Amino acid sequence: MTQSSREAGATRRKMLAGALSVLVVRPARATPESMAAAIQAFVGGVEVRKGRVALDAPPLVENGNSVPIKVTVESPMTSQNFVRTVAIFNEKNPQPNVATFHLSPHCGRAMVSTRIRLGDSQNIVAIAQLSDGTFWSDTAELIVTLPACAET
Amino acid sequence: MARVLINVPPTAKRGQIIEIKALISHPMETGFRTGPDGNLVPRNIIKRFTCNYNGEEIFSADLFPAIAANPFLSFMVAATETGLIAFQWIDDQDQVQLETAKITVE
Repeated sequence: MTQSSREAGATRRKMLAGALSVLVVRPARATPESMAAAIQAFVGGVEVRKGRVALDAPPLVENGNSVPIKVTVESPMTSQNFVRTVAIFNEKNPQPNVATFHLSPHCGRAMVSTRIRLGDSQNIVAIAQLSDGTFWSDTAELIVTLPACAET
Repeated sequence: MARVLINVPPTAKRGQIIEIKALISHPMETGFRTGPDGNLVPRNIIKRFTCNYNGEEIFSADLFPAIAANPFLSFMVAATETGLIAFQWIDDQDQVQLETAKITVE
């Protein structure tokens, strides 16, 4: 092995290590940039942990125009400890935001459900902000057979 | 503005957690579709929903074009006192739809 090829190998290793460290730092799975940016704008640099949040969605969607989803967060919902905000993000629709829900201790239980549009098979992410400032997330992978934007 | 369907149980026990469902008819035009003339159809979605219980805001939502047409929302509320639950939807043309439901707490 010549000196230059050894150096090339070293930089390649360095690059690999760099790429791996980026993967480890990311909270969930590697996502398209717009969704990551929208999530960063929502959490403001705070670490997002997995757990506490349950995102229920059908794994196989026949019609992307109306997909029922449900988000439940484990929380006692007392005035000291409650879920402040629940936000939903997607990867491949024209915009990364889906909805932001603002809850209060008066809700009694942290559950929200709605119907959304999906333009393609993709991952959707639900992130909950608790009253202590921590963020928790859950991801669901959905396969869409008839996307919402197909008719145009 | 629109037809509204609200599901609030008429009576509840004190402290009971009830589910509220609200549906409004609205096209939720995304602003990404082209019309028959080839131009983009302007965006018109319901951008905000709020729910007040006896004047106190207990739940609200900021909606985006990814919400399906005729947006449906369901959430939980702890029934604490007899009174009015008020719902408000606002769309991009600043049209406001107000609805109320009575709840009796025993």
